[in-house]
Amino acid sequence: MALDSDNEVTPEVMLAFYRLLYPFHSLFTWLNQGQIPTKLFTQREFAFTLAGDVYLRYHSFMSAEELKKQVLAFNPTRFEIGPMYSARPKDRKTVRPSAFTPLLRELVFDIDMTDYDAIRTCCSSADICARCWAFIAAAVRVLDTTLREQFGFRHMLWVYSGRRGIHLWISDADALELTDEQRRALVASLTVIEGGKDMHKKVNVRFTKQSPLPPALWGARETLNDRFGELILRNQDCFASQEGWEALLRLVSDGGIAETLREEWTGSKISSIDKWLRLRELAKGSKSLTSAVFEDILLQYTYPRIDAEVSKHRNHLLKAPFCVHPKTGRVCVPVDPSRIDEFDPVKVPTVGQLLRELNEAGEGADWQKTSLKPYVDLFDQHTKGIMNEVRLAKMKASANDVQDW
Amino acid sequence: MYKGGQQPTIKGAQPKKEADVVVLQGPYPYRLSFYDRPPLYDVTIEDFETFALDRLRILAEIEASYARNRSWDELRTVTEAQCKKYDLWLSSNTARSQFIDLERKKDHLSHFVLRLAFCRSEELRRRFVKAETTLFRVRYEKDDTKELTQFLSSQDFGWEKVDPPEKATYESELRALLPNVGDKEFKDIVFYKVKWTRVPDLVAKRRVFLRRGQAFVPTTLQASIVFHAFETQLEKALERTAKGLPRLDEDTRIVPILNNLSQGFLAGVPSEWTNATPTMDGELRAEMVDGLAKKHFPMCMRNLHESLMRDHHLKHFGRLQYGLFLKVLGLSIEEAVAFWRKSFSSITDDKFNKEYKYNIRHSYGLEGKRANYPAKSCQQILLSDQPGPSDCHGCPYRHFAPDNLQTSLLTYYSNQGLTSSNLPEIMKTVKEGHYHVACTRVFEITHTSKGVEKGQGIGSGESVTHPNQYAARSRELEKPQEGGTSSDTAMVVG
Ligand SMILES: [Zn+2]
Repeated sequence: MALDSDNEVTPEVMLAFYRLLYPFHSLFTWLNQGQIPTKLFTQREFAFTLAGDVYLRYHSFMSAEELKKQVLAFNPTRFEIGPMYSARPKDRKTVRPSAFTPLLRELVFDIDMTDYDAIRTCCSSADICARCWAFIAAAVRVLDTTLREQFGFRHMLWVYSGRRGIHLWISDADALELTDEQRRALVASLTVIEGGKDMHKKVNVRFTKQSPLPPALWGARETLNDRFGELILRNQDCFASQEGWEALLRLVSDGGIAETLREEWTGSKISSIDKWLRLRELAKGSKSLTSAVFEDILLQYTYPRIDAEVSKHRNHLLKAPFCVHPKTGRVCVPVDPSRIDEFDPVKVPTVGQLLRELNEAGEGADWQKTSLKPYVDLFDQHTKGIMNEVRLAKMKASANDVQDW
Repeated sequence: MYKGGQQPTIKGAQPKKEADVVVLQGPYPYRLSFYDRPPLYDVTIEDFETFALDRLRILAEIEASYARNRSWDELRTVTEAQCKKYDLWLSSNTARSQFIDLERKKDHLSHFVLRLAFCRSEELRRRFVKAETTLFRVRYEKDDTKELTQFLSSQDFGWEKVDPPEKATYESELRALLPNVGDKEFKDIVFYKVKWTRVPDLVAKRRVFLRRGQAFVPTTLQASIVFHAFETQLEKALERTAKGLPRLDEDTRIVPILNNLSQGFLAGVPSEWTNATPTMDGELRAEMVDGLAKKHFPMCMRNLHESLMRDHHLKHFGRLQYGLFLKVLGLSIEEAVAFWRKSFSSITDDKFNKEYKYNIRHSYGLEGKRANYPAKSCQQILLSDQPGPSDCHGCPYRHFAPDNLQTSLLTYYSNQGLTSSNLPEIMKTVKEGHYHVACTRVFEITHTSKGVEKGQGIGSGESVTHPNQYAARSRELEKPQEGGTSSDTAMVVG
């Protein structure tokens, strides 16, 4: 089969994918946090997008098999996962509206390359390449570390969104229970780039102009410092174009220096690296061009740009892992954050490729015989971690019960 | 529960006590209260109502302060005055006032009566909690330090002191939280550890040091923990009350009072600019929007309009902010669809119908929940849905860089009389954070030719608090004066 047809996503291909390859059981165990169906699964909302943009909400299922049956019947282009409600979503019309509220939900994040359009120079809108993926890699590093070290989360699943972004699902008990208010607060603390496109300086995180960076951002500063040269100067060459270096000079708080550099750089072909070195050199003699200014520039160019709306509300829906992106044919596979720099979106298996592998493997084969295997294994491994913790918590709770007696 | 007799007893779910016995012993040791015990004594129906009404006036004033975007200092001053007027400021123990118990009883009782009135819908609960938490905070900030310490130690907030070795381990992080604190002072500052979820507001502002889910909170910010505890306890208590409330229906005297109280709360607040949709002269057509924008729109809407004309597109929140504004301005659903279709000129009909038409109809309440969404007020525009890096919505006075703001002001308003000599005054106000004042000033300047003077605002000195109010007043000023000579207005009547 030619490579072209590997990327083509027809209803027939999707149906075969759901029937033969989609890891429904793994998905069930992950959401349910155990093997015996609980409310975490049975009162969970599923939403389906069918061909022709038909959108069906508030479905719910008693088991992985029931979910699979419905998926095969609808053959959706994709499906999304919502919160666990106080009643089964499919019965929501039979209960009082006040008795149907979202209760538990993974804390989720969405990072999309389009939010980087103002700074990336290699691609725009829907496109993505290994060079701009480095922005996503930096974002993953920063968020993964911050969420672990500051908020204490442990069960975090990163999932490639199939095209130009990445999702994060956090399944810790503490994360599931967060109220919308707490989600908003957490997202606010992770939101550093602010102000519309008419605001030049988008990083305003200090308590006063002279104060040090809040400690909440020290970890990010360290991670991003290591990446700034490679990513912004070498790889993206952000200050090569006049538009690019003008944007930089607008952040330079010393008017004299900015003017000097404007004269030097206008019409020149100086590389971003040399421009940056020259700026650092001039800054040594400046009172207003402090290290704080450079920290803010660092953050403005490299700090993660998250889509805050997705994370703020318990009832926001997010595409399920292992769905297929309809435009690229690529499967939304889990990604190991410690190997995020090696990850190349172009190498993610497509649905066509997987079906071909399955075909070649012969009668009775399943995903184990395809290049989907390492990704499902990673997913199951992750779920195992969650289940161990659930088991420990249960043992602890029952031990306490005994003491209470 | 309130059957028989002249004097109803308020007890929540508590067992009935003898009619004339005050159960609480030394009932009010502190000025502040978490209202964790319901009143267990008899009250007259008059006290029941008047106490509650007095408290309600204070809460309504607090809501009004938020609606008017008053600064915290202004709000505090207004609330304190209001409390004193209605004997609800509460004297401190040291004041040795003979009225201490009386005031505190009034405070206690009125709080619980209003709980009954406001527990009945989520909207009312939310507003009540916000106003009550604010009242608590205003009193807290003016409390006697010693009494405050005593009060705090009487409550369990689940905080744990950070011991000296741990404080030393994270010294540089903790010091960065308090940049203005000297070495000696820092030594004396105690830090408390609480779960981060107990101090969401401090987390949001990065005012605490976080480690593995624990927030390190300096004494100076301890109040945040207290306010949050007050808020969440009250929320939970109201939900419990709501569940227990149906039993009240038996008492025919109480229910009308409660209804009046909750309606009073709703009415005591400056109404949102709902003015439904009726326009002054009937129909507003899609092609008229551009002309109106150039003459009557406040900067936020003008900027959205110009961006839309330039880019033939607006992102989600921009569409929402501008779309709802146009709806209230009087654009019918048919005209709205026409307007947006024409404006989004670079996309296909198919894409428009699929991706945008539904949302337009939705905002008119014709799809989905079929809610009649009001246009966003200045407060909502200023505070919610902060614009991202490539967004055009928001309040330009707040969200634009100073140089862009000045350029845009001149571009948009110079043909209405705004000149660069007006800029320093406007920019100064912006810098102080009084965005609505800046907007009001621009209104005055651009309507000088209509006889508007400095300080008059949009009429009687009122400030702009809603973009639609700005536009409506601007259009009103353009209409011929009543009793004027315009003959065609007179003709229409016959
Ligand atoms: Zn690229």
